[in-house]
Amino acid sequence: MGTTWLEIIINTVKIAAIFVIVVSTVPLLVWVERRGPAFMQNRLGPNRVGPLGLLQLAADAIKFIFKEEFIPTKAEKILYFMAPGLTLLPAALTFAAIPLSTPINILGYTFKLQIADLNIGLIYIFAVASLGVYGILAAGWSSGNKYAMLGALRASSQMISYEIAMGLSVVGVLMMYQTFSLNQMITEQFGYFSFLWQGSAVELKFLPNWGVFFQPLAFILFLTATFAETNRLPFDLPEGEAELVAGFHTEYGGFKFNMFFMGEYGHMITSAALITTLFFGGYALPFISPEQVREFWIQNGHTLLGFTGLSMPDIASVLTTITHLVVFLAKTGFWLFFFIWVRWTLPRFRYDQLMDLGWKTLLPWSLVNLALTTALMYFARIVK
Amino acid sequence: MSEQLVPVLVLTAVVIVFAAAMIGLTFLAGPKRKPTPEKQLPYECGIVGKEHETTRFPVKFYLTAILFILFDIEVIFLYPWALVYGDLLKFGPFILVEIIVFMLVLTFGLFYVWKARALEWD
Repeated sequence: MGTTWLEIIINTVKIAAIFVIVVSTVPLLVWVERRGPAFMQNRLGPNRVGPLGLLQLAADAIKFIFKEEFIPTKAEKILYFMAPGLTLLPAALTFAAIPLSTPINILGYTFKLQIADLNIGLIYIFAVASLGVYGILAAGWSSGNKYAMLGALRASSQMISYEIAMGLSVVGVLMMYQTFSLNQMITEQFGYFSFLWQGSAVELKFLPNWGVFFQPLAFILFLTATFAETNRLPFDLPEGEAELVAGFHTEYGGFKFNMFFMGEYGHMITSAALITTLFFGGYALPFISPEQVREFWIQNGHTLLGFTGLSMPDIASVLTTITHLVVFLAKTGFWLFFFIWVRWTLPRFRYDQLMDLGWKTLLPWSLVNLALTTALMYFARIVK
Repeated sequence: MSEQLVPVLVLTAVVIVFAAAMIGLTFLAGPKRKPTPEKQLPYECGIVGKEHETTRFPVKFYLTAILFILFDIEVIFLYPWALVYGDLLKFGPFILVEIIVFMLVLTFGLFYVWKARALEWD
């Protein structure tokens, strides 16, 4: 957190700011989720409130606050009120470990665009993400509604099943990078596709040094498991509105319902960011390392930010960070769009198909991926 | 290590304050009506429900949870190994043999669970 009061205040403001930005991305995503499929299905979508229907988000948010507070008689009151928070909390906490961009060095201070730079980043994310099950179970059980209970059971069962495949698919990635720190993983992905083959360096100039090219199978398994972890179509059986009304949040309304929504979308944002970080180089540009970006801004930066009167290294540092932030947002945005795209492409699975896919397909294939990576690293002495 | 987690604690506080404030705000801003007894019943399909108890659910969910614990611990044991595998390769094949034995036992476990039809949903 820092040693002086100034640093502590700056860091606290940063934490709150990142949280508020993530929370306010949710309505934007909902807007994309409504306008995007409208475009795909050749209809209009929300277009009445504000330009392109963008103010619909604000209208919805305000409406949620002015809804009646309602408690069913069968509900366990304390858990019933805690459950939305318990769902939102893990979703917000997992995002803390994601590095958004390179650190800014300004006026002698170093300012990281990341809430917590953890050396066990990946383990932390998995540990906190699995706590999300508690919120959903608490919501389903405390509602005193059988549909809510069934939805919660389905959700927790599917989340824990896919967590195994997800955790196992990442082992191959860990073997390549040899670190849990997400920042170091991104550093490993700078530049061209290169590795050691029998002790001699191999470099392919036409591929970036991204995890997806080292671990293609792991990437597919991880992506599939992510959909199940976030309870999204084609794995949205916990909600399954045709059979379970609305699943675990049947009895919730107003802002409490909105918090489940935020939790789900927060999970989605973290997952998209994690896919970007593990497999697509995080905030790094393909082929070009941040050092080269910095060199470029040292040459050209003063035309953009010369008027601020800052020294040249500071300007270059700020511009480098902005460049990488844009790259990170573009990659994460693509994966978020991919989530929405898949939702409108694939139909819902049946429950036994869902469980079979998790246990009988993803789990064996992630074991295969592990065996392949182990064998290649041993016999061909491939080291990244 | 513990110092790295301080921002996480601050974020936890921020989220809890946000959640409590928003629920509190709805309490203040929302309309206050006295709900009828029918409205407070668990929602079933719109008319007054017949059954309200939620005590029974399929035992399959327990089985999945137990299997999860087994395999998840397996994954956790793999993580530290994965971290040092590349480095320890130069000391010979011990680290490879070690993981082959470990994985054979667990793959046999998966095979057994599969053949015992513990993964079937019908």
